[in-house]
Order: sequence, then C-alpha cells, then structure tokens
Amino acid sequence: MDESGEAVQLSLQEKLGRDVFKIDGEKTHIVIDHAVCRERCTLRPCLYVCPAKLYTLKPASDDIFVDYEGCLECGTCLIVCQEEALSWEYPRAGFGVQYRFG
Amino acid sequence: MTEKVDVVIVGAGLAGLGAAYHLAGAGVEVLVVERGDYPGSKNVTGGRLYLNPVRQHYPELLGGAAEAAAPFERAVVKERLTVLAESGGASLELHAPGFDGGHPHSVTLLRGVFDRWLAEKATERGALVVPGYKVDDLVWDSDRIVGVTAAGDEVRADVVVAADGALSFIAERAGLRARHDPAHFALGIKEVIELPAKRIEDRFGLGPGEGLAALFFGGITHGMTGGGFLYTNQKSISIGIVIGMGAMLEHGPGFEASELLDEFKARPEVTQLVSEGIVVEYSAHAIPEAAIQAMPRLVTDGLIIVGDAAGLALNMGISVRGMDFALASGALAAQTILKARAEADYSARSLARYEAALRNSFVLRDQTTFAGMGSFLENPRLYELYPQTLLKLLVSLFTVDEGPKAGLWKTGMAALRDVPLSKALTDLWHMRRL
Repeated sequence: MDESGEAVQLSLQEKLGRDVFKIDGEKTHIVIDHAVCRERCTLRPCLYVCPAKLYTLKPASDDIFVDYEGCLECGTCLIVCQEEALSWEYPRAGFGVQYRFG
Repeated sequence: MTEKVDVVIVGAGLAGLGAAYHLAGAGVEVLVVERGDYPGSKNVTGGRLYLNPVRQHYPELLGGAAEAAAPFERAVVKERLTVLAESGGASLELHAPGFDGGHPHSVTLLRGVFDRWLAEKATERGALVVPGYKVDDLVWDSDRIVGVTAAGDEVRADVVVAADGALSFIAERAGLRARHDPAHFALGIKEVIELPAKRIEDRFGLGPGEGLAALFFGGITHGMTGGGFLYTNQKSISIGIVIGMGAMLEHGPGFEASELLDEFKARPEVTQLVSEGIVVEYSAHAIPEAAIQAMPRLVTDGLIIVGDAAGLALNMGISVRGMDFALASGALAAQTILKARAEADYSARSLARYEAALRNSFVLRDQTTFAGMGSFLENPRLYELYPQTLLKLLVSLFTVDEGPKAGLWKTGMAALRDVPLSKALTDLWHMRRL
C-alpha cells in the first residue's frame, strides 16, 4: 500500500466493483450449450480468456458456468468458442456495463 | 409501431456519430440508436486519436482553432517505446520538434467524454441520437435492407448504417461477414487510474495539457502477440494490455487473461508509473486486427458498414489506430449516402462508391500498405528472444567489470550468440515488406 492512493493491485472483484453495472435480473445474455462443451470441446478457452473470469467449472458436474452479471461485453468468449457452444448477444437495452471513462 | 427516417445509424460511436454529423449537416433526417445509456457507454479506446488524418474530414470540429473546443485529454508530445525482457527493460523516448501542444498530431481521449461531445455536435446539426435502444434485427424487403427492429418497433430507412462496433452483429445478419475468426481479433484490457494532473506532469516530465503515449513489448504477453500501452489523460492514466485472440487459443491454458494487466502493472518498470493512483474503471473490448485480409464487403442493398464494424483498425506495431479510421469512414459513408439520395438509388451498386472512396483515402491505403504487419507481429521471437537479446546487449555495453572490457564488436557478438542467424535474416527480410 502506498502512502497515498491505494494498493496498486486490486483483486478482480474489487476492479469490477469500480465499474457501473446495470444488472438484468430477468435475462442472461450468455447461454451455454453444455452438451456441446462436453462432447466437442477439449481446450475450454472460455475458462482462461475472459478478462472478468466469469467462466468457471462446477466441480460436481464438470460443466462450465458463466456469471453473466460481471460481463464487460468484449465478446472474447464468443469469438474463441470454436465449437459454437455459446449463444451470446448484447444485454438488453439499459442493462450491462456502462463505461464512464472508456 | 413503424417509423420512417432517411437514415438509421446503429451505434453511437465515432463512425456512427461522424456519419450522423455530416448527414444532419446536409439536412438529412438521421436517427442514431445506441444500446448503452449514453453515447460512449459501451465504448473503449486505448486511447489516442491521430488528428492529422481526420482534420480534413471534420474542419469545423477538428481543424485549425476549432480543435481547442474538443474535449481531448492531452496533446501527445512524448512517445515512448519500452522493450521488456524477462526482467529488466529498455526504453526509447522521442521528443521531436513539431511534437508540441500547439498543433498536436495526436491526442489522448476517453470515450465516455468524447463520444458524448460528438453526439452533442451531431444533435446541434439536427441528428436525433437515442440511447437505451438496442437493435434486434434488420428489416428486409426481398433482398434489400429497409430498416431495423428494436424492442418491437420497426424503423424504416433508405439506408441503414452499421456502426455497431467490432463484433458487428448487423454485418453478420446482413450476410456480409461470416462467423468471427479469432485470428482477426485482439482483446484489449484496460484500467483508468486517477492521479492529480500535477502528479502526472511531474512524473512524466510534461507541461500542462501535454501528454505521453507509451507502448510496451516483450516479456508481458507470455510470448503471445500483443503488448502493453499507457496514455496520460488530464487527471488519469489509461493503462492496458492487448493480446491476440488467435494467440490465446494457440497458447492454450496456463495463463489467465484476467491477470495479464496485473502482471504488466507488477513489472517494476511499470509499477512506478501508476503508483499512488486510484483505479476508477476496469474495461475490456474486442479490437479488429485483420487489416485488409478479412475485410468484409462493406455495402449491400440498403446498408453500409463503418468503423470497427467494417474491421477498420490497424496495429502497425508502434502505432495503433482505429478511431481515425472510424471518423473518416463515417464521413465518407455520409458523402456516399448524399450522392445516393440525389439519385434516389440505395442499391449496393450506388453505395459501392463508399468502398471506392475508402480505397482512395488513407483508410484503405494504410490498411493495404501495412497488410503484412499482422503476420509479422505474430512472430514469437519478437516477444521473447529479441527483447532478451537486446537487454543482454545493452547490459553488457553499459557494464564495467573489474577485468578489462571487451571491444564493442566482441560484446555485441557475444550478446547475439543466442539468435539463430537464419531466423534473424528471415525476420529482417520480412521487415522490408512493412
């Protein structure tokens, strides 16, 4: 920690906490087709390319889950998902991240 | 509900707002729809805008004395290039005559500020900019695009301008682009870190209003195509990292994209540049990096694609461009639409004038000239072997040991020992095509 200001490294949760999100409680904008993941995908790039690390393995089932609420809307997961297991669209109007600086 | 306007523009970024500004100025009825809460709210830049290419297209906004009113952050007067080895790094800083605050060749900016200002300018000319409105689909009349649908409403228009950014789902729906190819995109991750203006000026040796643009290459990308950047804003620093999506796939697991920026910031060469600041925003965005190779058709019957949606961005290694292309493509699209209106012909054949105008302008000429840059920058030696070698060479040159010092030539050759000559020659040979 510096004398003034703050620790240079924040946790990812703290960083996302600095962003303005308007969360759509009714509709996720990312849907995973688990059957495709299980049957066709071996690389699982969504687990390591997301800048908000929203994709995680659920230990019990070995399925991948996404926490769409912290989505930065970059689309990287969609682009790298070669097996097309993702239905990905922008959040509905009025929802999602609202960058103040950008 | 169905409405009809002359032109509907999807996306209030620089390309869309630029087109709206020109069209509204010519008396065309323009509607700009934006899914975010305000223009800029979904947009991210590194960011720096090169002004010289766009002044000609926006003389009233960015030419001569007018640019003083634009909400830029700082005029870039210093360029810095840093090569980072596994540990240690070397920087080159350019202070050149003409790189001054008076008539800057480039400026730093923040999209949350700049895009709102540009939207105001377009609105003052009569454009209608509506945020909080997400386009769901295109409206077709047989093979022709005649409008868009959003939230159950239908908006019909003579022309639809797809200015919906790097992912452009509109281009895909219009059949102008296939599925996104990871090889043609990079991921940009950025933090905005607040610091008092005086602190920034003291830290980087800048006067009031003066800025620094810094790029970083080498041991920060796990050998993947990409690099770091740092731009000084008025009261903040934009710091980030860009990584090729294709490179991330090839690399496979073993790193976390969400940690790349932290790793970069943890480098001692970088930590000191952002210390004592407060992170106020964390953002990420896709960047088109295909240059001309993957350029889709940019028009079809009733539709024109502009800016990032058209893939108009260019990583030239030491300069990274996109916003200048976006502004210029918006202006050129507007010119084409005005001609199409005069002839009442919005067919692909009529709108193809836009592609010709881009080809004749710096937009596609630069894309063509630097078409080989992408594959050149994919070379892993650029990120590991060469930075390592350069640092070794510099360290041995700058070191005085207890024993007699070897001659310069011998020192140099010793440092270069690890570089396979044939590879180095191949890389040099490729450089001449850049």
